Amino acid sequence: MTLIYLSPFDLGLASILVLLLAAMSWRLRLGIERRVLIAAARSTVQLMLVGLVLKVLFAQTSLPLIGLMALVMLSVAGYEVMQRQKRRYRGVWGYGIGALSMFLSAFTVTLLALTVIIGVEPWYQPQYLIPLLGMLLGNTMSGIAIALDSLTRQAWDSRGRIEARLLAGGTWDDAIEEVRRDALRSGLIPIINAMATAGLVSLPGMMTGQILAGSPPMEAAKYQLLIMFLIAAGTGLGSMAAVWIGSRRLFDDRQRLRLDRLAAANRSS
Amino acid sequence: MSGLRLDGIRSRALGPLDLTVAAGELVFVSGPSGSGKSLLLRAVADLDPHEGEVWLGEAPRSGIAPATWRRRVGLLPAEAFWWAETVGEHLPVTRSTHADQATSTLPPAILRLPKPLRRPPGRVSNHPALPDPSTITDWLVHLGFTPDVLAWSVTRLSTGERQRLALVRLLAQTPEALLLDEATANLDPSNGARVESVVETYRKRQGAAVLWVSHDPEQRRRIGGRSLVIRNERLEPEA
Repeated sequence: MTLIYLSPFDLGLASILVLLLAAMSWRLRLGIERRVLIAAARSTVQLMLVGLVLKVLFAQTSLPLIGLMALVMLSVAGYEVMQRQKRRYRGVWGYGIGALSMFLSAFTVTLLALTVIIGVEPWYQPQYLIPLLGMLLGNTMSGIAIALDSLTRQAWDSRGRIEARLLAGGTWDDAIEEVRRDALRSGLIPIINAMATAGLVSLPGMMTGQILAGSPPMEAAKYQLLIMFLIAAGTGLGSMAAVWIGSRRLFDDRQRLRLDRLAAANRSS
Repeated sequence: MSGLRLDGIRSRALGPLDLTVAAGELVFVSGPSGSGKSLLLRAVADLDPHEGEVWLGEAPRSGIAPATWRRRVGLLPAEAFWWAETVGEHLPVTRSTHADQATSTLPPAILRLPKPLRRPPGRVSNHPALPDPSTITDWLVHLGFTPDVLAWSVTRLSTGERQRLALVRLLAQTPEALLLDEATANLDPSNGARVESVVETYRKRQGAAVLWVSHDPEQRRRIGGRSLVIRNERLEPEA
């Protein structure tokens, strides 16, 4: 089995389906035809660009270039986490908590996978590093965004209960304990569900890709399993870091609940 | 036996204020809605950022851990919030482990139990002294409850019941000073009188300094004590 190359004509055929969807949206007055088309155009441009960039990157195996690419990925992911918050932290924290937690989790787990588990030589070989980091960042990003959002929303809503625990002589740790636990749980549930149903409902994206590219299904399954474990660990670590830093930031040095450190509600999320 | 001394307390729309409440003294604070009465109490309990220092006896607040301070200087907010299932879980002492023969024969007074105390793990820390169960039962009965109220779910409590039980919850942490925010606002006159009597008993027995925000002139006259008004962000004696 060899890889069948897709021609622009093949892609054009597939894009007709999207155009059809947009037409239906217009006909049924769903009002999302513009968004469908823009999203489709965006993904075309973005993926083509990434394809080009990776082609250059793969040809060179230069650490500074790869580092730059990783940095761009991280900063976009950090921005995305911030965008998904209903109530962001004011100041640099709004961006920093998410980005730092993702850096701590996704980068360490990727590094661990490359050096210890897969044993790539050199460890920064982009063909392994970039896809791995991308999958990890993408998934930790969702987990961290959900966990942080849950943390700040709940803290906002249960101000009275949190302050009641402070007044009862509890520390900030006691007072935020339950909110924090709920936030972590909600951040971790998507990846747990994904692991639990993997292969039963749909084949995970990476495994599908490898099979299409001609890998033996067992090899593809093993890689998918590796990735899932890494993602679970990364999401867990990242969410814990984010929720810990975030919950600490909700209190000041005199352990007062400082909801004024959160910005006003963001309508779009 | 420690007094409470406010030194230059200034927050958003308040102060700077100075005030001394001696040990065992009762001071009422009143003032129009929005004049900052609750803000003042929240500042003393150190719940909001503000300037100034508060002293409990000889100890400055800045030298005391926040959790310890809030336990020793107990604030009863106008609205009581509950975080656990049952009423009893909110008390800093478990009845079952404490209701042994030795303590139940003692008179219903506030007892300074020696350390080490049995308390539920992971709950309120830094507790030097907790009242024994008979004291808590005593408060409950005085406020018109039977002791089995501790097993009730907080969701079935009425507003007035919540307010009265919040007082028990507060006293159970044996505060040395009390900050009461409209402690009888949601209560009918008879229950209001019960709350007044429990607070007064506690104040006299413990020598606790009490700062009481009350909009009820009758109540201020009935109980006595010093009466202050917040006017133009200042504390003034009531005319």
